[in-house]
Formats: sequence, C-alpha cells, structure tokens
Amino acid sequence: MKSLGSIRRSFAPWSDPAAKPYIVFENVTKRFGDFTAVNDLSLSIFEREFFALLGASGCGKSTLLRMLAGFDEPTSGRILLDGQDLRGIPPYKRPVNMMFQSYALFPHMTVENNIAFGLKQEGMAKADIEKRVADMLKLVKLEQFAKRKPHQLSGGQRQRVALARSVAKRPKVLLLDEPLGALDKKLREETQFELMDLQQELGLTFVVVTHDQEEAMTMADRIAILDKGEVMQVATPTEVYEAPASRFVAGFVGNVNMFEGKVASRDAGSARISGGNGLTIKTENAGDASAGSDVVFAIRPEKIKVSSKKPADAEANVAEGEIYDIAYLGDMTVYHVRLADGQVVKASSLNAVRISEDPLSWNDRAWISFRPDAGVVLTR
Amino acid sequence: MTDTAIAASSATEYAGRSGFARALNAFVSRLVIIVPYLWLLFFFLVPFIIVFKISLSQTAIAMPPYIPVLGFGEGLSGFWAQLKQLSIDNYLWLTEDALYFNAYVSSVVIAGISTILTLLVGYPIAYGMARAPATLRPTLLMLVILPFWTSFLIRVYAWIGILKPEGLLNQFLLATGIIDQPLIILNTHTAIFIGIVYSYLPFMILPLYSALEKMDFSLIEAAQDLGCPPISAFWKITFPLSIPGVVAGCLLVFIPAVGEFVIPDLLGGSQTLMIGKTLWNEFFANRDWPVSSAVAVILLLLLVIPIMIFQHAQARAQEQGR
Amino acid sequence: MNSSWSRFNITSIVLGFAFLYLPIVLLVVFSFNESKLVTVWGGFSTKWYGTLFQNKGLMDAAWVTARVGVISATVATVLGTLAALTLTRYTRFRGRVLFSGMVFAPLVMPEVITGLSLLLLFVAVGLDRGFLTVTLAHITFSMCFVAVVVQSRLLTFDRSLEEAAMDLGAPPVKTFFQITLPVILPAIVSGWMLAFTLSLDDLVIASFTSGPGATTLPMKIYSQVRLGVTPEINAACTILIAVVAVGVIAASVVNKRREVQRLRDEQAAQRG
Repeated sequence: MKSLGSIRRSFAPWSDPAAKPYIVFENVTKRFGDFTAVNDLSLSIFEREFFALLGASGCGKSTLLRMLAGFDEPTSGRILLDGQDLRGIPPYKRPVNMMFQSYALFPHMTVENNIAFGLKQEGMAKADIEKRVADMLKLVKLEQFAKRKPHQLSGGQRQRVALARSVAKRPKVLLLDEPLGALDKKLREETQFELMDLQQELGLTFVVVTHDQEEAMTMADRIAILDKGEVMQVATPTEVYEAPASRFVAGFVGNVNMFEGKVASRDAGSARISGGNGLTIKTENAGDASAGSDVVFAIRPEKIKVSSKKPADAEANVAEGEIYDIAYLGDMTVYHVRLADGQVVKASSLNAVRISEDPLSWNDRAWISFRPDAGVVLTR
Repeated sequence: MTDTAIAASSATEYAGRSGFARALNAFVSRLVIIVPYLWLLFFFLVPFIIVFKISLSQTAIAMPPYIPVLGFGEGLSGFWAQLKQLSIDNYLWLTEDALYFNAYVSSVVIAGISTILTLLVGYPIAYGMARAPATLRPTLLMLVILPFWTSFLIRVYAWIGILKPEGLLNQFLLATGIIDQPLIILNTHTAIFIGIVYSYLPFMILPLYSALEKMDFSLIEAAQDLGCPPISAFWKITFPLSIPGVVAGCLLVFIPAVGEFVIPDLLGGSQTLMIGKTLWNEFFANRDWPVSSAVAVILLLLLVIPIMIFQHAQARAQEQGR
Repeated sequence: MNSSWSRFNITSIVLGFAFLYLPIVLLVVFSFNESKLVTVWGGFSTKWYGTLFQNKGLMDAAWVTARVGVISATVATVLGTLAALTLTRYTRFRGRVLFSGMVFAPLVMPEVITGLSLLLLFVAVGLDRGFLTVTLAHITFSMCFVAVVVQSRLLTFDRSLEEAAMDLGAPPVKTFFQITLPVILPAIVSGWMLAFTLSLDDLVIASFTSGPGATTLPMKIYSQVRLGVTPEINAACTILIAVVAVGVIAASVVNKRREVQRLRDEQAAQRG
C-alpha cells in the first residue's frame, strides 16, 4: 500500500516514536448502571493536535469528553494529562475548559461578564481581567457586543462568546462538544475554518466531539472513530477515508461499495479475490488478508468508472451490468449499476463539463471498471 | 456522580487549600437535604403519629384534655403502664354513632357529585382556552389563576349574598318574572355544590388546559379527514388524550373537597353533614380531642388511595418532565 | 386555527369567566353600598371603608396576618427551595420516597387534618399557641407549594450552565450562588408570592394553631361572617382583593413586558 500522508500540515507527532502523548486514555471503562458507555478504551492525543472524536449518538464520544472535563469519573482505567493522573480532580480544578453544545452562556450576565467569569474564579487582578476580556472580544470580533446579554445575540455570535469564554483562561486543552451543531450549514462551514485558525493562533490542543464526518474531516489532524464505546480507528482524515481499518469505518465515513469474497491467491501486497458472483478482483491493497480467508473488498464510488462500451484497459477490473438508477446531484452524477448477480454498485462521476449529453440512460448495458489500487481489502 | 462525591475525592497537586473548602461543600450539600427533611419530619410526620396516639386515648377534663399523656416521667415501666391505657374505644364509638358514618358517606357523595359538576363546567372552558388564538392564551390563563390568588373565604362569602332568600339571585329572578317565589338555595346541598364548583374550578381547568393545550389539533383534522364526524372525533381522539388532565383535575378537586370545612359551614347550614365540619365541631365545640383525632385518622385512611394515585401521577409527570 | 375557535368555545369561555368573576364583582360593588342591607342598593358611599379603619379588631388582625404572611413566606421559600433542590438533584439517598411523599402530601391534605395534627404537636411539646405556632404551621404547608413551583423550574434548568461554571473554576457552592440561584430567581419569587397568599388566605389551619392575641384576618372575618353579611366585611374583602389583584397583575405585566422585550431583542439579534 502506498503511504498516505497528511495533506494539511507536516505536523505528525503520532508517527514519531519519541514523541510523548499529552492526553492518554488508558484502558478507560465507564459504566452507567448496566450500560457500558466506554469499554476498555485506550487513546493518545498529542500536544497542539486538533483531535476529533467521531461517532453516532450513544457511541461514548461525549462521555469521553465529560471524563476529560471531570464531570464523570471513569469506572476503571486512567486518564493522564501531561503525565498527571486526573482521577479525583474536580472539574473546577482541571486545566481544561469546555465549550458546550448548548453553549451554556449564563443568561443573567453580559457577554463580557460571561467571558470574565473563569478569570474571576482564578482571582486574577481586575485590570488584567479587563485586558484579557478585551483581547478575547477582539479575537472573536465581538467588541461592540460586550454589554449585551446572551439572548440579544444571534446563534453565530453566541457560539463565538462561548468559544471566547472557554479559551479566556488559556486552558491546556480545549474541549468542544459539537461546537457547530447548532449553526446552519453555511455558517458552519465558515466557522470550521475560524476554529482551525484559532487553534493555530493560540497553539492549544483541541479535542472536538462531533457526529458530522465532514466537519471532522475538514478540521481535525486525526480522527478517532468510535462505536459502542470502543475505538474503531484512529487516523488522519485521508487514512480514514482511503484506508479504513474495518467495514464499520468504511461504511461510516463516506459512501462505499463492498464486495464479499475469498482471497483466491496473494503475493506481496497484491491479491486476487473471487466473489461469490463469479467476479474476480485484482487488488494491490491486500493488507494482512491471507489466502483462502473470507474478506470484503471496499471501493469508493468515485473510484469506479462507468462506460457504455467495454473499457480497453487490460489492467483494470471490469464487470458488466445494467444502469438501474441515475441520481444527478449537480456537481456529480451517481450511477447505480446492477451486476449480473443482482448486486448494485454505486459509481459517481464528476460533472466537469457543463451540459454534456449523458451517454448512459436507464436500463442501458454498462461496464464498470476500476484500477487494482483503487480499493482496499478489509479483513475485519 | 454528585458534586460532593467529586469534591470529596479531590486529590493531590491541584488540591491546594481544598481541605476546608471540600468539607464546606460536603457539609452544605448535606444541609440541603437535612434541613427540609427534618422540618417535614417534625412538623408533618410526627404530628400524624401524635394524632394517631391521641385517637387511642381517653377524654379527660384537663389540659391537655386527654389521658394518658405519654411521658417518661415515671420511668420505662410507668411508660408501659400508660401505653396499656390506650384503646380503640374512640373508633368503636365512631361505628356506634350513625352520625359519623353518615358524615363520611355524605362527604364522599357531596365531593364526588361536586367533582363531576366541576369537570362538566371546567372542560368546555379549558377546551375553549386551548383552542383560543395563541396570543390570547396567556391572558386567559392569568384570568383563571387570578381568582385562585384571592381569598378562598372571601369567594365563599360572596356567594352568601347571592344565594340567600332575599339575595341577589332571587331578586334578579323575581324581577325578571322567571319565578314568583324566592328559591331556597342557601343552607342546602345545592349551595355546597355551587360553592365547591366555584372555589375549585381553577384546580380543574389548569390540568385540563395543560393536557389539551399540548394536544396536536391536527389529529382532529386527521380523524375528520379519515371520515370521523366532529362529535365522534371528540370522544375518540380529544377526550382520551386529555385523560391525564381529567384525572389530575378530579383528584385535585375531590381530595380537598371531602375534608372541606368552610364551604359546608358557611353555605350548607347547620343540617349539612360533612366530615370536615364534624371534626371541627368535635374539636372546638365538644372539646373532644381523642374523638376528633379518630375522625381525622379515618378521614386520612379514606383519602389514602386518592392521595396515592395523585402522588403516582405527580411522580410520572415529573419523570416525563425530565 | 381561528376558524376552529368556534362560537361554542367563545361562549363557554365567556360564561365560565362570568361565573368566576361575577360574585367577586358583586361583592366589590356592594362594598360601596350606602345601605346597611348588603343586598339592597341604597346609593354610592365609601362610609364602610371609614368604619373599617376604625375597627380596631380588624386592623389588629390585619397586622398579625401581614406579619405572619411575610415571615412564613420567607422561611417557607428558603425551605421549599432546599426541598426542591433535594428532589431534583439528589436522586438517591435514604428515605427519598418518604421525603417526596412528605412534600407532595400537604398539597392535597384536608386542612382540618393538617391543622389538628399541628395543634396536637404544639400541645405535646408544650408550645403556647399564638403568633409563633401559626407562623410555624404556615411555613410547613406553604413550603410544599414553594417546593413544587421551584422544582418545576429546576426540571427545565439547563445543567450545562452549572457544568460550565465549574469547568471555568467555580466550586459547587459558588456555582450555586452565582449561577443557579440567579437563574431560578423568578420561580423563587413566585414561590414566595404563592406562600404569602396562602398564608393570607388560610382560615382553617390558623384557627387550630393560633391562640389569644394572634387572631388573623381570615379568622376575624369568619367570626363576623357567621353573624351575617355586612358591608364592612365587603369593604375589608374588597381591600384584600385589591391588594392581591394589584400584586398579581403588576407581577404578570412586568413579566409580560420582559418577555416581549426579550423576544424583540432576539429578533433584532437574528436580523443583525
């Protein structure tokens, strides 16, 4: 398999064996009565990392965040921050701050008093507080709203107050619980980049909880994908998408086609997989699949080409089928192609040219094809 | 985990001066429970135990007017001897004298009839309020609550002037020629019904309104769309959905109405028998504390079931509120 | 929606409110009656208000009632708020079922029973009946009403506000006084008002637990009402109604205004 690097920054302490993790979850389990929210989970987060916990609701991502903040204590296991065990330290003594999903702005206080609240608890001098609050207001561009109460602000402004309040104390780690969940789509996209800039500017470690994969992919250095209280994969967005560790991850992030089959032969990185439908797939990303084992071959729709004539490429995997459905989405078109055995394969193609005659129509014969390096073999 | 537990297990480096603060936090959160708990134990539960004990005592011409007065003045054996003097005579007395039995029965009957009447009067009002334009509803709600803030006694008193033979109602009816003889309403059961319906109407309307207001009225439209005529849609959709409100409202009227004193005393006249009035008379006129205690114990037993239903409904509403 | 607010609905509301308000209106009107016969109109006069203020018995009773009301409402508000906190925040402690039972039971308990049982308690512990015992009794039953009002506010309280305060470094007790208390304050204030009115209103429990020198206004009115309807009592009732009505209406107008202002602010914030 070709190595997949981080596209964004040359920041990758996780691949440096000498780097010391900043936050460590060590075999952490959290039970609420009979319900196990987090199950024997281990995870390392590095200093200045933008780390995302991604998962569906109830996967335990919020519980992890709350344990880090100190609102819940692990049933067993340890959480270390900068080498120190956090057990028993109440939330008001932890050097982490949280931005709440509901923002939790104090309704009876003005914007500036909200931001100053944490500083006052520290016993900071009055002049210093004023200076810091002014800086924070400037940072989030809300200078003229200092005297307003939360209900006099729009959703986006409230979100920025919440952000300013949680970074005002210069915490070692900022926890963000669905920070953009309450904003509308357009505002969300703008704010994603603002958050990334802010993290760079302040040099903080961010741990963000989200159920929105696009959000996690855009912002995070690394993503931990959680399911039922367990980590399914921790990797960069590129790795998660292009080299998912399991069927669950492949299915959870983005669209995917999966072919069930057996490894017919394998050598070095490549393998041949024969599906139950008589199709044989050549792949160069066989991972650790051993010959004869049952596997799944996963491939993203945009990696599959659809054509009305049989492609000439001898290297490629080719299969014949029938156009079953066409979904025109504007930027691209998704074809659903039904193969001989009835499996429907999704293939998407970018509409790079404006108004072009689509040669394919419903019920046409069509060929799908993809290169041997286009998909991955999943053993789990 | 509670805040206290976290504070209590607070540890190591960050702790600093937390020893005292921790103890303070733990103490304060204990206090939150203990103070109201002890208050209610002493002023609510203990009094009931005393009532029960006195209901087993004998009347005496003394202060307090009953024996034995339990105490440890004569040591444990003396206390034991006092305990032996307790008896269920007062309860036997209640069964022997038909007056008490009749009073209980007529209390329940009067409260029951009044509850149904209150429901019949209150339901259309609550329904009309729930369907009023949203901007008008808060005002209507306030208008229902407002009389509740004015004195109960005053509201009952107001009816005396209206219902008495030369009162305003009779004046009006005689003047308009509807009747030619004044109606005798005051000092009858009818006056009690009017008094209870009037006084407790807000208690009925509020839970009904909150049940009806929550209801999605497009359900009715859906029912009608599916071929259900309006009257039948009411009985098949609206009413069943408002049952929690009906139950809460009926209990809130029925329970206090059974033990009501002011209304039967002022509007019902001397021949009306209701248990709250009987208890009052036993206590204030006859100064028979043991018998009035026994009357209270039986009244409480009578109300235990409706009170339990009410508590259960409260707890369930609270669960749903979470 | 408007079409569904039919003639039937309007009629039932109008009749219902007429039923609720007509007796009170008549009572107020006849307090201005010249004639001593309450039910016969003899011309407008305010003379009964004059005699009312010279009635020392009534004035003393009013003073007692006001003091009992303020003291009992204040203590009941503190205790009721604590009880509400206990009910909503401590879901597991020994005797929780008993506690919630003791909070909810007085709401529906017949007053004669509450009054009798408290009286017997005071006799048992040798407390002389008077101002103190009436106040204690009123605290006990009105604290339960306060608890219910405050509890319903706490149930909708956003706990993340408290978590945010603690996250920002405020210990639990400080969090309570700086965040929780200010946010639930309106509910506590209406709890106080409710407790005060209940105390102002109570006849039965006061009759049992009060003693010489601590006759409350309802007790005084009751003893006079038993002797018959008089314009003087109408005048006293009118004043009581006016005090409560002005208080309640003022409170709700203030609330309403605040609500409207808030809505306006929110709309303005969304626009700009």
